[in-house]
Amino acid sequence: MIDVLDYGLGNFASVIRMIENVGGSARRICTPEQILHADKLILPGVGHFDHGMSQILDRSFLEPLRERVVIQGTPILGICLGMQLMCAGSEEGSLQGLGFVDADVRKFQTQHDQNLKIPHMGWNAIRVTRPNPLAETTGEEQRFYFVHSYQVELHDSNLAIMMATHGIEFCAAFQSENIYGVQFHPEKSHRFGMALMKRFVEL
Amino acid sequence: MLKHRTIPALLLLNGGLVKTLKFKNPKYVGDPINTIRIFNEKEVDELMVLDITASKERREPNYALIEELAGECFMPLTYGGGVTDSDQAARLFGIGIEKICLQTAAYRDLALVNRLSGRFGSQSVMVSVDVKRNWLGKAALYSSASGKSFPEPWLEMIHRLVNAGAGEVLLNAVHRDGTLVGPDLELIREAAAALSVPLIALGGVSSLTDIKEVIAAGASAVAAGAFFVFHGPHRAVLITYPDYKELELLLSNLS
Repeated sequence: MIDVLDYGLGNFASVIRMIENVGGSARRICTPEQILHADKLILPGVGHFDHGMSQILDRSFLEPLRERVVIQGTPILGICLGMQLMCAGSEEGSLQGLGFVDADVRKFQTQHDQNLKIPHMGWNAIRVTRPNPLAETTGEEQRFYFVHSYQVELHDSNLAIMMATHGIEFCAAFQSENIYGVQFHPEKSHRFGMALMKRFVEL
Repeated sequence: MLKHRTIPALLLLNGGLVKTLKFKNPKYVGDPINTIRIFNEKEVDELMVLDITASKERREPNYALIEELAGECFMPLTYGGGVTDSDQAARLFGIGIEKICLQTAAYRDLALVNRLSGRFGSQSVMVSVDVKRNWLGKAALYSSASGKSFPEPWLEMIHRLVNAGAGEVLLNAVHRDGTLVGPDLELIREAAAALSVPLIALGGVSSLTDIKEVIAAGASAVAAGAFFVFHGPHRAVLITYPDYKELELLLSNLS
């Protein structure tokens, strides 16, 4: 069972539906107790960094998340804003992030390319940078759907598992032990998203 | 990776999907959930759902249905129909829509395009422009909500919408809608040459060759309805979509 954490941001229907589609089961959870009993977590999210963090704080999710994920090692997948929230902080806001991964979140800079579109929105190909449980390493080009204006800057580049290019090369996915984050939306990336979700389900 | 998108455009009427002929005679083609599931399997990169009577009936979007559709959609989804203010748009983005398509309300109030693109980014705001050629072949801006043509030149309206912040333009050739006789390439060329934002051309596409010609005419993306839902001379309903590799090969020599 995969528990998709509802902290008030966005719609989780397609995340849950896609997990069911690849043979897993998933449900929406919304209490601190449920977090403490989760076997596998997904932290989705679309929106502003501070808004996301304040929702997590208001619902008293921070401590249970830290306990279950950092101390007890429960696998977690952060999607889009969910990935960014697991970092130390973001240029988008002033609140501290969850701090599960040693990284900061920075805005895409247009100084090198005036025509660079921000947000980065649309399908983009990714490059798998090291073998990992989440990404397929078949030769075929993999593409995912992205919508974001900010990108994750890892302090330890070895944590990156996928990179993509939008003006600069940026981290499309990271893994730090049991903690996974993807900048794109697997739930909107049909076959490629399904393959990734399936691997997370089977983890 | 493919640079040009090929997008099924699905028309919503009373909770079902229909396909029109020159914007008339809607024919039922199926249940939207089932159809989206088929397009999931076909790995469509983007999908568009347009409620064709919301504006005419001055209705708000059917949020419950759209939320259900977005939940089934394993690809980005554009919704159009009945959106008149930015709070409605916020609600639609909240239930899982990636882009909103405006027409009737944007024609009436250009500032709506400003407000939406200011709040959500121009990449989330598409405008749809319907153009119809009369019996003399003259192209005019057409309003599906009223069934009449506007006096304003169609290209001028597109410029105004883009200047107001629209990130994408869906150009629909009404006289080719559902006809499967091929796209109005001249219209597409004229629009593409004048535009800086991506142009999505809709209307008349009946073959892979048509898709290629639309892209060659300067459109960034091709949308089609009948081509993806009808099969054979009797217009039997059959949901189809070309294979990614097929599209890649088809469009490989086009920039």
